[in-house]
Amino acid sequence: METTEKLLEPHENHTDGSWEGAAAPFNISYGKLMMWYFLLSDAFTFAGFLIAYGALRFSSPSWPVPDFVFSTAPFGIHDAPLIFVTVMSFLLIISSVTMVRAVQEGHRENKRGVVFWMFLTIIGGAGFLGCQAWEWTNLIGKENMTVTTNPFGSHVDAGTYLDEKGNATGETFKAGASFLMHKSEAGGHGEEGHAEGHHALAKGDHPNAFVDNQSFIHRKFKVISGPNSGDIETEEFGPKAFGALFFFITGFHGFHVLSGVAFLLIIMINVASGVYASRKNGYEMVEKIGLYWHFVDLVWVFVFLVFYLF
Amino acid sequence: MSQKTYEESKKAVVKGLFLLGFVTLIEVFISLFAKGHIIAGLNDFVWIGYAAGLVIAVLSIYKAYFIIYEFMHMAYEVKGLAITVLLPTSLLIWALFAFFQEGSAWKARRQLVKEKNKISIEPSKEKQGLMDESLFFRL
Repeated sequence: METTEKLLEPHENHTDGSWEGAAAPFNISYGKLMMWYFLLSDAFTFAGFLIAYGALRFSSPSWPVPDFVFSTAPFGIHDAPLIFVTVMSFLLIISSVTMVRAVQEGHRENKRGVVFWMFLTIIGGAGFLGCQAWEWTNLIGKENMTVTTNPFGSHVDAGTYLDEKGNATGETFKAGASFLMHKSEAGGHGEEGHAEGHHALAKGDHPNAFVDNQSFIHRKFKVISGPNSGDIETEEFGPKAFGALFFFITGFHGFHVLSGVAFLLIIMINVASGVYASRKNGYEMVEKIGLYWHFVDLVWVFVFLVFYLF
Repeated sequence: MSQKTYEESKKAVVKGLFLLGFVTLIEVFISLFAKGHIIAGLNDFVWIGYAAGLVIAVLSIYKAYFIIYEFMHMAYEVKGLAITVLLPTSLLIWALFAFFQEGSAWKARRQLVKEKNKISIEPSKEKQGLMDESLFFRL
C-alpha cells in the first residue's frame, strides 16, 4: 500500500538544488538558467529602444553626425572624434575580462583570487560611470543639450556664413555638415574660432544671426548650392528626438552598470567574508553576477554601434 | 564546467582581451575613415558610408558572439539552452527591417505633406453641382 508520505519521499531526498522533482533542465542550475532568461528579457527591452532610435533616425531628414557631437574629451581636448567613447569601451571590455578571471578563480575555490579580480571589475565599472558622468555634464552644461532641446543641427545645402553687416564671409560649409548652436552668454562652449564674436548678442534679429528667447544664437548663412541657392537662411535646431533618445538609452545602460557595480560590491563582500566557501553551490553567485556583467558589456557593444559608430 | 585546464583558460582570457580591444579599434578606425577624418573628402561617397556601416555591424555581431560564447560560457552549455536564448533574439532581425522601413515611410509621408501644403489652388469660378442655385432652400 502506497501512502502519500512514500510518494513524497524522493522530493525530500532531493536537497542538492533548488529544482523540485526531476533532473534540472539544460543541465544547469536554477539560478543560472533564470539569470539567462532575465538577460533575454532585458535584451528585448534594449532592442526595443535601439530599434526605436533607428526608426526615428530613418524618419528624420537630417541627423547630428556622431563624430561631430562626441568629439570632446576631458583635459580640454577638442576635435578628437570618438576618442573618449573608445576609452569608455575599453574600460568595459577590461572589466569584463577581469570578471572572467574572477569566475575562473571561483571554480578553483580561491577566495583571495575572486576578491582581487572582482575588485578590479568594480574599479572598471566605476571608471565607466565616471566617464559617462563627464560626458553628460559636458553635453548638458557646456553644449546645452537637454531631453527636449537639441542644439546640434545639420545643414541641408552648402553655404557661407554672414558677417556683422550681412555680407558673405569666407567661412563656408558643405551640404550635410553639422553645427552646434551656442548660447549668447559669455563663456558658452568656449570653442575659439568657431563662433568668434557671437557670444554677446542681444536677443532679436541681427544681420548675421537671430537670437531666440532661450538666447540660442541661430547664425545666418547664404545658401550656395541646391534649388534654394542665393537665399539667406538661419540655423535651426536639430531633431528633438536625438537628445531624448541619447539620454534615455545611455541612461538606461548606465543604470544597469550602476546596479551591476552595487551587486558586484555586495557579492565581493560576501566572498571576502567566506559566505560562499561554506555553501554547497560554492561560488555560483559569482558566476551569476558574471553573466549579468558580461551582458552589460554586450549591450554596450550595440549602444556604441548605433550611437557613436554609425 | 570548463573543459580547459586552468593555464589554458588563463591564456584564453588574455587572448579575448586583445581580440575585443583590437576589433573595437578597427571599428572606430573604419567609422572615422568612412566619415573622412583620415582621408579628407571620403565622406562625399555615399556607398563608402554604407559599406563601412555593414563592416562595422558585422564586427559588432562578432564581438557579441565572442562575449556570449566565451565569456558567458554559452559554448559549454547544453545546445537546448543556447537555442532558447538565441532563437527569440534572432527574431528581432525582422523587427529591425520592419521598423527601419516604417521610419523611411514616415519621412516620405512628411515630405509629401510638406510639398502638398505648398500648392495653392484658386477657387473654381464655374458652377458647382447639378442643381440651380435658385432652387436652394434658404432660411
